[in-house]
Amino acid sequence: MSIRERLSGNEATAYAMKQINPDVVAAFPITPSTEIPQYFSTYVANGQVDTEFVAVESEHSAMSACIGAEAAGARAMTATSANGLEYMWEMVQIASSSRLPIVMGLVNRAISGPLNIHCDHTDAMSVRDAGWIMLFSENNQEAYDNMLMAHRIAEHKDVMLPLMVCQDGFITSHAIEAIQLEEDEKVKAFVGEYHPEHYLLDRDNPIAVGPMDLQPYLTEHKKQQAVAMANAKQVILDVAKEFEDMTGRHYEFFERYQMDDAEFVIVCMNSTAGTVKTVVDELREQGIKAGLLKIRVFRPFPGEEIADALRNAKAVAVLDKVPLVSNVGGPLYEDITSSMFNRGVHVNTINYTYGVGGRDVTADQIKSVYHDLQYTTDMSVPYRFLGLKEGK
Amino acid sequence: MYNVKEIVANKPSRFTAGHRMCAGCGAPALARMILRAVKPEDHVVVSNATGCMEVSTCIYPYTAWSDSYIHTAFECASATASGVEAAYKSMKKQGKLPADKDTKFIVFGGDGGTYDIGIQSLSGAMERGHNLTYVCYDNGAYMNTGIQRSSATPRFADTTTSPAGNVIPGKMQSRKDLTEIMVQHHIPYVCQTAAIGVFQDLYEKAEKAIYTDGPAFINALAPCPRGWGYSTEDLMEINKLAVETCYWPLYEVVDGVYHVNYKPANKLPVSEWLKKQKRFKHMFKPGNEWMIEEFQKEVDKRWNELLAKEEMTNKSQEA
Repeated sequence: MSIRERLSGNEATAYAMKQINPDVVAAFPITPSTEIPQYFSTYVANGQVDTEFVAVESEHSAMSACIGAEAAGARAMTATSANGLEYMWEMVQIASSSRLPIVMGLVNRAISGPLNIHCDHTDAMSVRDAGWIMLFSENNQEAYDNMLMAHRIAEHKDVMLPLMVCQDGFITSHAIEAIQLEEDEKVKAFVGEYHPEHYLLDRDNPIAVGPMDLQPYLTEHKKQQAVAMANAKQVILDVAKEFEDMTGRHYEFFERYQMDDAEFVIVCMNSTAGTVKTVVDELREQGIKAGLLKIRVFRPFPGEEIADALRNAKAVAVLDKVPLVSNVGGPLYEDITSSMFNRGVHVNTINYTYGVGGRDVTADQIKSVYHDLQYTTDMSVPYRFLGLKEGK
Repeated sequence: MYNVKEIVANKPSRFTAGHRMCAGCGAPALARMILRAVKPEDHVVVSNATGCMEVSTCIYPYTAWSDSYIHTAFECASATASGVEAAYKSMKKQGKLPADKDTKFIVFGGDGGTYDIGIQSLSGAMERGHNLTYVCYDNGAYMNTGIQRSSATPRFADTTTSPAGNVIPGKMQSRKDLTEIMVQHHIPYVCQTAAIGVFQDLYEKAEKAIYTDGPAFINALAPCPRGWGYSTEDLMEINKLAVETCYWPLYEVVDGVYHVNYKPANKLPVSEWLKKQKRFKHMFKPGNEWMIEEFQKEVDKRWNELLAKEEMTNKSQEA
C-alpha cells in the first residue's frame, strides 16, 4: 500500500534518494535545492542509508566527485540549481561523454545575472545539449516518481547516460502538497542494484576512463552517445509501464490534457501546467476546445510524437520560462517548431516568454494566451512576452 | 635497506613504456618510481589532471597505466579522486568489494593543475580527509600549452606569458609556496622531493605517503627540457643542483613536525642552477647582477625559514 504524506518537492526528492540508497552523494548548498543534501545528510547521520556523503567545496567538485564515484562502480547522486549547475557545466558534459549514469535533482532557478534566486528554466536550458536525459515534473509527486524511475532509465545497458529530474524552484521545491509514497521494499525491488560492466575498482580488470580522444575516434564516440539518447526513448516508456503496474500512476513522454479534440493548445513544462489545467477546465465549460500538452521528457526530445499530437490543432502556444535574448524563439519553441516542420505539421505556433526570475503566472494570463490563439491570425510577431510590464 | 636494483628487479613498472612524454622530462621518472612504491598486491586508481602527463599517456585507444586510471578535467583531479575514494569506502563497507584487498588512490597533477586552477579542489579534498596521495609534478609553468607562467614559476623566469623583455625582465613575482600551504591543512604527511641519485628520497617518501592513513601531499620537482632550456641528458644534473643550491629543499612534515632530509655541507650558489637553464639566460647579462642577488636572497630566506620551522616543531614535540 502506498503511504499518504504531505511533503515539499525537496523533501520528496530527498526521500526518494533515501529509498534508492545510493553509494555516494556529493553536493554543495545553493538555493533552492539546498534542502535536498540537507535532508539527505540527516539520513546519513542517523544511519538510515549506506551512502558516503561528500560535502564538497563547490558544485564543480560535486559533479567531479560524482563522476569519480560512478566511474569507480558506485551509484552517485547530487542536486543543484542555477549557478551551481553553471559552475559544474564543464563536468556535466564530461559525465555524459564518459557514459556515467549519474542522477541529479535540478531545482530550476534563474541563472545570474543579475542575481535572482527564483524559478525559471534558464539553468536547465543551458545544458539541453549536454547529453543528459532530462525529465520535468509538474509537482512533488512527479518529482518523486521521476526520481524513482531515474536509475532504471539511466543505467539501462542500451542507455548508460546521466539523468536529471527537474522541478520548479520554490513553487514545487518548497510548497508542501499531498503525495503518495511507495514502500521502501517495493522501491528497492523496483530500482534494483547497479552492476556496471566496467568500473575503476574492478581490480582484476583495470580500466582507463577519460582518455585523450582525437580525430580518429571522437566522431564515432559522439555518435554512440546520440544512439544511446535515442535508445532512451523506448526505455523511458518501458520503465513507465512497469512503474504504472506498481503504483497505478501513468507516465509518457508528455501528458495530454483534453487533447483529443483540442483546437487551441498550450505546450509547457513543470508547475505552470497546473495553472493551465485549471484554465482548460474553465474554457471547456464555455465550449472552447482548449488543451494542454505538458512535456515530461525534454531530452531525448520526443519531437515526432509531439508534432503528431499537435497536428490537428488550429493554433499552438509554446511557453518558454526562459528570457528570450537570441532574436529567435525560446528553446522549447525552437525544438517543437522544427519537429513540426520536419513532420509536415503546419499549425500557427506562437512563443511566449513568461515567468522569468520567478514572476507569477496567473490564470488570467493563461486565459489571454488561449484568447490570442483563438483570434490571432497575424503571425508576424511569433515571439511574445507574457506578463511584461510595459514601460511608460 | 633501500636497494634500487632490488626494487627495479622485483617491482615491475606500473607505468609502462610507449608513452609520449619528451626525452629529458622529469615527470615520467617520478610516475614510475612513485608507483613502484605501491605493494605488488595492492591495486591503484590514478586520477590525473589535464596536462602533459595526461595527454601523452592515455591517448585513445592506448594507455600507459597498468592500474585503473581516470582523467576528467584540468582543475578537479582531487575532487574526482575524492569521489573514487568515497565510492571505495562505501562499497567496501557494504561488502560490494573484497574485504581483504586494498586499493590505493594516487593523484597526479602538474603545477598549473595544482598550484593554480586545481588548488580549490585540492584544498577541499585534503580538508575532507580522503585517504589519497596527491603528487604535484612541479615543472614551474604551463608546459603542455606552451610554457606559460604559473604561480609555481620562479622569479625572473622567461616564459611565453612572462617573456624577458626590454622593460620587464621575465616573471616579476616569486613562486607560491604550495608545500607550506599543504602543511597548513594539518594533514598527516606532506613532503617535497626530487628524483636524485638512486631515487631513494623519492621512493621512500612515496611509500610513506601512499601508506599514510589519510591525505598525503608530495611536491616533486619535474624539470622540463623545453620550458627550462637544458639538454635532455642533463635532467639528473638539473635536479641535483636544485637540491644542492637549496632552491628545492628535500623535506617532509609528519604530523606537523618538519624534517629536512638533506642539508648540503657546501650549499652552492643558486647561480650554479640558474646558469644551466635558458629561461634564466637574461639574468647573466651585464647589468643584471641584481637579479641573481635577489634570487639568491629569496632562496636563502626560504631555506632559513625552513630550518627554523624544523627546529621549532621538533622542540615543541620534545617539550
